Amino acid sequence: MKLSAAVQQGLWVGLATGLYGISFGALSVAAGLDVAQTCALSLLMFTGGSQFAFIGVIGGGGTGIAAWSAASLLGVRNGVYGMRTKAMLQPKTAWIPAMAQLTIDESMAVSSAQGEIAEQKRGFWAAGLAVYGFWNACTLLGALAGDAIGDLQAWGLDGAAVAAFVGLLWPHLKGRDPVVIAVAAAAVTIATVPFVPPGVPILIAGTVSVLLWWWRR
Amino acid sequence: MTTWAWIIVAAVTAYLTKFAGYLLPRKLLNNKAVPGIAAALTVGLLASLVITNALASGQALQLDSRLLALAAALIAAKLRAPFIVIVIVGAVVTALGRMAGLP
Repeated sequence: MKLSAAVQQGLWVGLATGLYGISFGALSVAAGLDVAQTCALSLLMFTGGSQFAFIGVIGGGGTGIAAWSAASLLGVRNGVYGMRTKAMLQPKTAWIPAMAQLTIDESMAVSSAQGEIAEQKRGFWAAGLAVYGFWNACTLLGALAGDAIGDLQAWGLDGAAVAAFVGLLWPHLKGRDPVVIAVAAAAVTIATVPFVPPGVPILIAGTVSVLLWWWRR
Repeated sequence: MTTWAWIIVAAVTAYLTKFAGYLLPRKLLNNKAVPGIAAALTVGLLASLVITNALASGQALQLDSRLLALAAALIAAKLRAPFIVIVIVGAVVTALGRMAGLP
């Protein structure tokens, strides 16, 4: 059986993305969540950036509501992907609940990269399902490994979290405006950390980013 | 509320956000502001999360080995390293810093 180009791309993207589920699993345990909670985030929330944000806020001593806010705001782009996917693929209504859960950066990207609509559809499903499978399997592996190796700071896992966010941010820094927004958000964060509870600087930075975008357009 | 409760609430919010995209009328889709705001939010929140994880310790700013991870990760990203390599570089550099006696 020969797989179409979109399906192959989807599978590779799924494998590559899924692998960093290992780092999510380990970091989540390091942030103080248990293995079941870590797996629940990957199975149910299933959007990497928001999951990292959630455990990042909890790990930094933030409240549940701060973690929820940061994760939810970071998930806003998935709503935009949902609109674009609906417009591009014209899916049957019965499929939409399942498609919604698979609507993430990777399925959107692989689908958008295809020419004809049949391939766009195959790319969406292949990438979405492949990421879902690998991401959840690797999350469990990482959580179990993180549980087993004990002192995670000595292994530099807090540094791994910093690097993970750099890795998530980098692909979005195309052109001048995103760089300006990123620098401003970083500066706002440094300025506000000492004065508000943990987690809140992230929300202030998000607000400033939208205002800045509004002002520059 | 417990951690479990927040996990469920956050997961339901994430799903409803995705689902809502499929329900919105086309008129909103054509509004250029929506993708623009989503993109700005994504960049701003991720940049803030980088800084929080690199410098914050509770409500204090603290300089330690995590800064090495930030620098190394930026260089790795600039060199177009894949995500997993960036993460590993961050961990290794931080661990090395601690071994060398840095906080």
